[in-house]
Amino acid sequence: MSQSQTLKGIDYLQGNEALVEGAIAAGCKFFAGYPITPSNEISERMSWRLPQVGGIFVQGEDELASIAMVIGASWGGLKAMTATSGPGFSLMQEGIGYACMTETPCVIVDIQRCAPGQGIATKGQQGDMMQARWGTHGDHEVIALAPASVQEMFDLAVEAFNLSESYRVPCLIMAEEIVAHMRDKVRLRDPSELRLKERRRPDIPPGKKIDFHQLDDEAGIPPMPRFGDGYRIAVSAFSRNRMGYPITDRDLHGKLLRRLSNKILNNIDAIARFETSFLDDAEVVVVSYGTPARSAKSAVKAAREEGIKAGYVRLITVWPFHHEKLRALCGGAKEVITVEMNLGQIFGEVERAVARNAHTSLVSSPGVEPPTPWEILSKIREVA
Amino acid sequence: MGEAVEHPALKYFRKERLPHVWCAGCGTGQIFHYTVKAIEELGLDPDRVVWVSGIGCSGRIGAYWIGDNMHTLHGRPLAFATGIKLARPELKVIVHGGDGDLASIGGNHLIHAARRNVGLTVICVNNFNYGMTGGQVSPTTPLGSVTTTTPFGNEEPPFDLCDLVASAGATYVSRWTTFHARPAINSIKKALQRDGFSFIEIVSQCVTTYGRRNRMGDGPQMMRAFQRMSVTKEQAARMSEEELRDKIVVGEFVDRQRPEFSAMKRELMKMARGG
Repeated sequence: MSQSQTLKGIDYLQGNEALVEGAIAAGCKFFAGYPITPSNEISERMSWRLPQVGGIFVQGEDELASIAMVIGASWGGLKAMTATSGPGFSLMQEGIGYACMTETPCVIVDIQRCAPGQGIATKGQQGDMMQARWGTHGDHEVIALAPASVQEMFDLAVEAFNLSESYRVPCLIMAEEIVAHMRDKVRLRDPSELRLKERRRPDIPPGKKIDFHQLDDEAGIPPMPRFGDGYRIAVSAFSRNRMGYPITDRDLHGKLLRRLSNKILNNIDAIARFETSFLDDAEVVVVSYGTPARSAKSAVKAAREEGIKAGYVRLITVWPFHHEKLRALCGGAKEVITVEMNLGQIFGEVERAVARNAHTSLVSSPGVEPPTPWEILSKIREVA
Repeated sequence: MGEAVEHPALKYFRKERLPHVWCAGCGTGQIFHYTVKAIEELGLDPDRVVWVSGIGCSGRIGAYWIGDNMHTLHGRPLAFATGIKLARPELKVIVHGGDGDLASIGGNHLIHAARRNVGLTVICVNNFNYGMTGGQVSPTTPLGSVTTTTPFGNEEPPFDLCDLVASAGATYVSRWTTFHARPAINSIKKALQRDGFSFIEIVSQCVTTYGRRNRMGDGPQMMRAFQRMSVTKEQAARMSEEELRDKIVVGEFVDRQRPEFSAMKRELMKMARGG
């Protein structure tokens, strides 16, 4: 590539646009997606930016095709991504499960909108958080990130590719309409300052029978060959033996299932990231993620000004959910308030983490707008 | 005593996977054979040929291929294959699918892959029913045929898949039956030499679920029936709709040139980069 067309420096962008630049900086070379509000700016920008950097954009005939093309391109050796919103995310679930089972690196962006059903296409919600975790059938682990700012739309796009490549797992960016359409100053980091991760390739030459599918290591991540390089790999979402061939054996199935989970869960300390403040002496901790965290932070600051010992935790990584770490962060707090833009999905996970030590409550909005700082502050005052 | 002679297709088959899943008399293994025969006669390097398949009896074809293969989701093999072709345009990508996989649950991908002219060689194993799940009606089941979900005879008219993909833009289209070994192999060879979206429908005998319920006999008997039912497109042109009702029209229907999808994407890249 004689001329790098990766954009750098300070820009003023919409969240969806910043996310595209983050993906391109991370080395994304393939995008397939189907039109759906409020994610459209992603595919629109991808359609002119990807060809400039030697990548390929396809508008799929539907979401089923889009996720399938992304998985195919990933096995063809490209870093690949799709973007959608609730109804399309539902359609992609089978493909996401296929990617989990075949350990295919790929990034799936869900710009969540008010749901269920058609809901409100132009307004945000965090209604797909449990679908992100359990939307596809069967036991599995995924990684899901929740950006709270335009800068994070860029940064977490990079992070999503890094995690997906490192762990050979689909990585979901669970943003919503508000941060997707928010405009703000964003620093487009130079790829040279990013520490980009690439999937591990086989380190032995083709021609030998290699164990690409099952490892004795209970949390291992097998190397991933690329189609056409002579490794003669059989890819399938059947439960499989070491050669990738279908099995019906309880022990082998269990071993595969546990490895697919453990490769994520055993690395949860490295994967799960939090932003925290005012926690040292906090008696009331507010836990949030995504756009509502902006309200939560204002409310915690206001409470501090009133002399209330309030603390702030933002989940940057929502899945895998790090219960133990959250419990430790909430420490001696007697009250833990969860703030989210749904009727209480992640609230249940926060309860699992802290209910033994603290009283829990929820401040939620049904979507359209996040809970206001005033609503959160009122709750803080009430429980403090 | 001479040594047992190995079947010529076996060197392209993952022998460690034997026995295969197909029933005695099934045509799917023949179609595996026709495909590897075409590859062999063209002298293609198996390491540069990826087989993709979906779900169903024919979905298992690809998984036995000695080279790279991908057994995908029901209905979606063409979309997976499109991603592979775009990422690795220098590879030959072959898709095997049944009538249910390609024309029912995957019908949308079939017409769009043909419209885009994605450089894939698609071999549709048309056995008139869903064999793997016990023999339900499919979009190609002939009118009046008995299946597990049409106990009184099928009342839905079937798709003509060759017409469908030809209308959608496929650049090579032909239809044969498992009886037509040599023409089918030649068609696959032609398709593999074309750049664009090639579609070969091969009517295949499903002895266990379709043939049995419709009293068509064993594998060889079903193949003889296909022979009797087949008419060339030239013969068909002189026949009435009524006369064609129980016939299989065989031959090459389309052989034309149009820009291939992955090549067009590469052109677009050059344009976008100002070169």
